[in-house]
Amino acid sequence: MTDADRAPFVLPTSVDAVVSLLAAQDYVCDRQLATALFLSLKLSRPLFLEGEPGVGKTELAKTLAKAMQAMLLRVQCYEGLDIAQTAYEWNVARQMMEIRLAEAAHEVDRDHLAHTLYSKAMLIERPLLQALTQPRSPVLLIDELDRADEPFDAFLLEVLAENQITIPEYGTVRAVAPPITIITSNRTREIHDALKRRCLYHWVDFPDVERELDIVRRKAPGASDRLYVQVVEFVQRMRTLDLFKAPGVAETIDWTNALMALNAIRLDPATVQDTLGVLLKYQDDIAKLRAGDTAKLLDELRARALLEP
Amino acid sequence: MISENIVHFAHILRAAGMPIGPDRVLAAMAAVECVGLDRRDDVHAALGAVMLDRHEQQVLFDAAFDAFWRDPKLLEQLMFQLLPRITGRGDKPRAPRTNRLADALAAPPVVQPPNPANNTARQELQFDTHFTFSDDERLQHADFETMTADEFALAQRLAEQLPLPVMPMRRRRYERSPRGRIDLRATLLRMARQPHTLSPAFTQPRTEWPAIVVLLDVSGSMERYARLLLHYVHGLARRHMHVHTFTFGTRLTNITRCLKDRDPDVALKLADEQVTDWKGGTRIASCLDDFNRLWARRVLGSNAAVLLMTDGLDRDDRGDLADAAARLRRAAHQIVWLNPLLRFEGFEPRAAGVRALLPHVDRFLPVHNLASLADLARVLRAGGVAPFSLLNQTH
Repeated sequence: MTDADRAPFVLPTSVDAVVSLLAAQDYVCDRQLATALFLSLKLSRPLFLEGEPGVGKTELAKTLAKAMQAMLLRVQCYEGLDIAQTAYEWNVARQMMEIRLAEAAHEVDRDHLAHTLYSKAMLIERPLLQALTQPRSPVLLIDELDRADEPFDAFLLEVLAENQITIPEYGTVRAVAPPITIITSNRTREIHDALKRRCLYHWVDFPDVERELDIVRRKAPGASDRLYVQVVEFVQRMRTLDLFKAPGVAETIDWTNALMALNAIRLDPATVQDTLGVLLKYQDDIAKLRAGDTAKLLDELRARALLEP
Repeated sequence: MISENIVHFAHILRAAGMPIGPDRVLAAMAAVECVGLDRRDDVHAALGAVMLDRHEQQVLFDAAFDAFWRDPKLLEQLMFQLLPRITGRGDKPRAPRTNRLADALAAPPVVQPPNPANNTARQELQFDTHFTFSDDERLQHADFETMTADEFALAQRLAEQLPLPVMPMRRRRYERSPRGRIDLRATLLRMARQPHTLSPAFTQPRTEWPAIVVLLDVSGSMERYARLLLHYVHGLARRHMHVHTFTFGTRLTNITRCLKDRDPDVALKLADEQVTDWKGGTRIASCLDDFNRLWARRVLGSNAAVLLMTDGLDRDDRGDLADAAARLRRAAHQIVWLNPLLRFEGFEPRAAGVRALLPHVDRFLPVHNLASLADLARVLRAGGVAPFSLLNQTH
């Protein structure tokens, strides 16, 4: 155990403290999200984040773990996810060996055997159980919960509400230090109300121009101020178009990096056309932009004197 | 003082249809205590984090918050004017006077001697008389007749017995079975109980019904079938947990929540109030396109099946139906098309809309002269046809 592990957990004392704590790690969040996070820490309730892909939901959990110097435990959800992969698993090989040894020694005392077979040493801890057994509160990230199937939601209820897991053969494991839980969802299905009821809810929206500028400057440093403004304004206008999937902040950052790699100092039609694949991930959307919307958006930027003619 | 205000605020939101129980009120008080009352936007965010459940509620919440924190009295009046028809979860919408009730109160019918042929004939006759709509009502609404007792009984029976129109699918979750993969954990449990024997336990992938998304055409040409099909969908939703229902004519409407009501008459009445384009024109292409953009990712996430109920007669000159159907096909696990408007046996897909849709459909359920739930049952039992055989006929 290092000193950092033993250090007492310092919770931010106000919403402003949360904002600056995250800003120190280059995560720019709006006050609403900071309030939700502050409450989740203060009331020790899980935070349920929903929003379009690429608006920084997962990033928030990672940043928080870094900022609070807490361990990050991550459960990536997918269909068919079950207890063995997320919570705990019995070390069956060891158990088998134990039985064989008992048999060989002709010492089969059933009660004793059952006791040793299902002891803590035989448990393999997976992230959810790990989150409960840490001496210091970890950050537990349950990522893209909408990808898991509904039985998994039901299983999470006990962990989220009571901070405990009941293992039929062993008993109930209660949290030593309650984890800071963050759940994210892209809303490809509705999560059950029973689960949402136990959480604080926040819809993470696309940021406004100023905040997105701040984010891109921090996350993709090195470009000229003029390019940042052009990129952000272009993407912001793009989100108002009737697209199948609007680009997220992650795409804006990627695009800025892509433009810098191509040594672009300002947006021009050819470069935009060539790099559309960084921003848009649906062929229909790309075709729509290629067909003339790119020129229209660039003209708009020019009209607002953000782009040289 | 502040706690009283929060209780009051929660009460108003509840009246507006948001599910806010006492637990949330308590959490809201704790939340406001944490952030303090210094900043209005903090209080707003705190209450929002505790009281909201889904993104759609945000607009209503924001409006309510703005009004309430200026003048609580004003808000009450506003809500009263704005939301005359929205009801909370707790208070049941007044049930329409049902034919079932009338049937139940009427004198018991004379018991007929058991004669199967006679019986079925009588039943069908009854359905015919109940299958009429009153045309003199509001133009945009359907005004469904309530179910008769016989109809109700038959609908319930059919809902339990009928095969689902979609194919079951294999999931990635395992369940106990007599053979398959060895389940080590269960085997070990058995061994711990009986250390001298080894009787392995097995698992295999679970087969489940996929979630079903119903897209129901309620345009003029489908008018005769709307009530019947809605009854069927309601039964489906009662039996099978994951059914999302949308109606479309000139616009797409999600009526899933309406059909959640156990009583079919109440459910249909709620749906009737929600949908505004009954008996209007058809814009299949635009509606499918809307569905693809706004809903497909939300409701087709876990490999759902689409049950398309339409005659395929498209009057849309704006959209590209084949394109929209192709995109739908890519997002859905399977598409089953139930077409109730085939009046003759030798069907040939001539209409442009039908020709555009057919190549993207996995199963085709054509119905000749759909008049009752019994007819629908016959079609579902027969299992439908592969759409490609139909397309090849005309070449």
